[in-house]
Amino acid sequence: MSPAESAHFPRWHFFNQTTGVMSWLTTLDHKRIALMYFGAVVSALILGGLLALGIRLELFNPEPSLVDAQTYNRLFTLHGMVMVFLFMVPAIPAVFGNFFLPMMLGAKDVAFPRLNLASFYIYVTGALFTLWAIVHGGVDTGWTFYVPYSTTSVVAVAPVMLGIFIVGLSSILTGLNFIVTTHTLRAPGLNWGRLPLFVWNLYGTSIISVLATPVIGIVALLVAAEIIFGFGLFDPARGGDPVLFQHLFWFYSHPVVYVMVLPAMGVVSEVFATFCRRQIFGYKMLAVATLGIALVGFFVWGHHLFVAGQSTFDAGIFGVLSMLVGVFTAIKVFNWVMTLYKGAVDFTVPFALACFFLYFLIFGGMTGIALAVISLDVHWHDTYYVVAHFHFVMVGSVMMAFLAAVHYWFPKMFGRMYSERVALSAVAFIFIGFNLTFVPQFLLGNMGMPRRYHQYLPMFQSLNVASTMGAFILGLGMFLSLFALLWALKWGAVAGDNPFHSRGYEWNTASPPVQHNFHTPQVIVDGPHNYEGPPAAQPTAKVAHGVE
Amino acid sequence: MTQWLRELLFLPERASTFADRVDALHYQVFLTTMGVWAVITLVMGYFFVRFRRKRVEQSTEPFHPPLSMEVFFVAVPLVVFLGWFTIGFRDFTWYRNPPPDAIDVYATGKKWMWKFTYPEGPNAIDTLHVPVGRPVRVLITSRDVIHSFFVPAFRVKQDAIPGRYTETWFIATRTGVFDVFCAEYCGLSHSRMLGKVVVMPVEEFEDWRAAEREQSFAARLDADPTRDEARATLVTQGERLALEKGCGRCHTVDGTPHLGPTWRGLYRSMQTLTTGENVVADEAYLTRSMMNPGAQKVAGYFTDMPSYFGLLTNAEAAALVEYIKSLKGEEPAPGAMR
Repeated sequence: MSPAESAHFPRWHFFNQTTGVMSWLTTLDHKRIALMYFGAVVSALILGGLLALGIRLELFNPEPSLVDAQTYNRLFTLHGMVMVFLFMVPAIPAVFGNFFLPMMLGAKDVAFPRLNLASFYIYVTGALFTLWAIVHGGVDTGWTFYVPYSTTSVVAVAPVMLGIFIVGLSSILTGLNFIVTTHTLRAPGLNWGRLPLFVWNLYGTSIISVLATPVIGIVALLVAAEIIFGFGLFDPARGGDPVLFQHLFWFYSHPVVYVMVLPAMGVVSEVFATFCRRQIFGYKMLAVATLGIALVGFFVWGHHLFVAGQSTFDAGIFGVLSMLVGVFTAIKVFNWVMTLYKGAVDFTVPFALACFFLYFLIFGGMTGIALAVISLDVHWHDTYYVVAHFHFVMVGSVMMAFLAAVHYWFPKMFGRMYSERVALSAVAFIFIGFNLTFVPQFLLGNMGMPRRYHQYLPMFQSLNVASTMGAFILGLGMFLSLFALLWALKWGAVAGDNPFHSRGYEWNTASPPVQHNFHTPQVIVDGPHNYEGPPAAQPTAKVAHGVE
Repeated sequence: MTQWLRELLFLPERASTFADRVDALHYQVFLTTMGVWAVITLVMGYFFVRFRRKRVEQSTEPFHPPLSMEVFFVAVPLVVFLGWFTIGFRDFTWYRNPPPDAIDVYATGKKWMWKFTYPEGPNAIDTLHVPVGRPVRVLITSRDVIHSFFVPAFRVKQDAIPGRYTETWFIATRTGVFDVFCAEYCGLSHSRMLGKVVVMPVEEFEDWRAAEREQSFAARLDADPTRDEARATLVTQGERLALEKGCGRCHTVDGTPHLGPTWRGLYRSMQTLTTGENVVADEAYLTRSMMNPGAQKVAGYFTDMPSYFGLLTNAEAAALVEYIKSLKGEEPAPGAMR
């Protein structure tokens, strides 16, 4: 949709109300902190993506070609760490959550702006420390750090554990900040039944972050202590239990998948609402399903241990509970599809991305259900099927949602519009490349190719070649998308305040917004995304203060 | 149809009874997934065309889903997913309970090879020979880090955990040679930790095993002609070890309890622990009781057994377990109290 003729770029906005490097480094403005996070996570994404391309190049041939086994093992460890801890976990909450949570609540900022800035610096410190530790220590354990391999390995695992601990602290602080903000800073009239679904999803995410992240912190410290002081907690040679580590690790690392997916679901709910011009079908069901996933997600970690010698009974319990996550997710999918019904659908880049998100979520979700069917998991466990499954969920759907968020809120954040045509072709490359990369990996998993393989039997080659080609198409699409957006930053057409005619609360201000978000105090008189009749006028400041 | 699906999905040939069960459910899940995707795509496509936006500020009516629709949205996935779970859990329970007449083979993973040991010999590196049509139970452990014993053609996989025995089993349905992979990342040569399963006709297998035993006996005798135990099976090795290590000071083999439980009839018996929990004294339990005796102690005994971790090798522990297994309950020593 082209920006309105009358679109103008505001004279004053949060970019130019204060200037200078220090005004950014010491800012307490949630929007500026969000943008600094944006820069950091996109850097992590580029680094992780280049590592992935390196891995795929090596796997082009069955025999070792580009790198030796040790380098390869370090590459996939680095790729996993960077993508999980430095990109996926903070991506949507720390960038778009930070930017839009206060705006969706009609607030000026988050509840604890200083803490918000502190979490950013903690994140950067932890990220740099972790990267240094992995590269310097030559860590080759994979991002899962299974003991006793990680504790008996000669590489320096302990500093990496400390790095994860620091990054985790940043997620906890952000989560705490979001929970308090949602409870205390809602504008008058914004009751819980009127919260945008993005806020509901951030809320669920924050609860998981606050409750689960301490566990990975504890695990990290225990592993570090095991290595440094020789505790013997996980080492069978000293009476320890290596499977205990797996329980502790997945107690965090399974819920953390929902830390990545829930915000993505929130983004897609906003995008569908805006471009179908209606509140999401079954708003309450979606809010309940969000909290359901957040809750049940804590009790499914054992499905990572079906072949680790866990008892049959335990496997059954974890299997049933995993199905419930699938049910909640299916409810969401049905509701998003039904949102189109009797709507007014507009085809835009964010809408296309939201549809792709659905596609990846359906296949990523259904293959997840298939993996949780215990007898099937026996064959697929630790094969490329699992690799393809979690990339469908985390890269397929979460990345689509991340890109949808970028393209949906770009005009709001920067006041300019990207070229729809270029953005759409980039998205097409990404979609095709992604499928070509990971569909062959499902088939490789069916064939029985285990994950983390530096070399493989010749029978696996054709599918690996297809996957590598897909990865490069995907990479091309990502860079095209990046360049389209960078171009738009400078030369894009002026977007105007609300180019998508959205009735989400965050659009009730100029693009880009002023320093304290809104020109007048916000009063919420209606649920989000109510497209019945003409847009409701924002009450004047007098009404907002209860003065007639 | 199933042959076509198997090729479409790149599944390896099916060579065990468990593989038949796994693939049947897999096809069901796969076809449902494709069906769900097709329906959702068609419905969305229809809505997309039918409800395209006509005016920029188009107004839409709010639509509140009726309760019946909400129930439908919950019920459909719930019933389908729980149905799959039920079938999968039934098959998994079947898979986790090997028949008692299975042939036992010990598999030990170490960086980066598999060692297979038959209780009465021989040993083999990386190649496991099994008879077709007979249940074979593989008792798996590791000497260093976690490995995972994976035979794609049988659709079975089980982690090898140091200090513990885990088990998997299968009935091979056809003769041939099948790949064994290590599925759990174990370091530098993880991807070269390859093995083979050779499935042979039963008579051929018996002949092979007898010939291999003779050969390894001859080899051992060549190496050290004074070793009279070279021909020893795991059971006789275990008996000798029990003497050497002084197990008899606390454990009898005639069915009478002493400072510790008797070994006769112990294998696969139900034991009540000090915690009140009941366990079956299988290989995993017996091994754990040697390595970490305090972990699951049988009720009614007051002496603490010392740990034999580091004092017994994997092979020695396996020999002791095999010895205990050989002490069947039905032939108590004369005059023994039961």
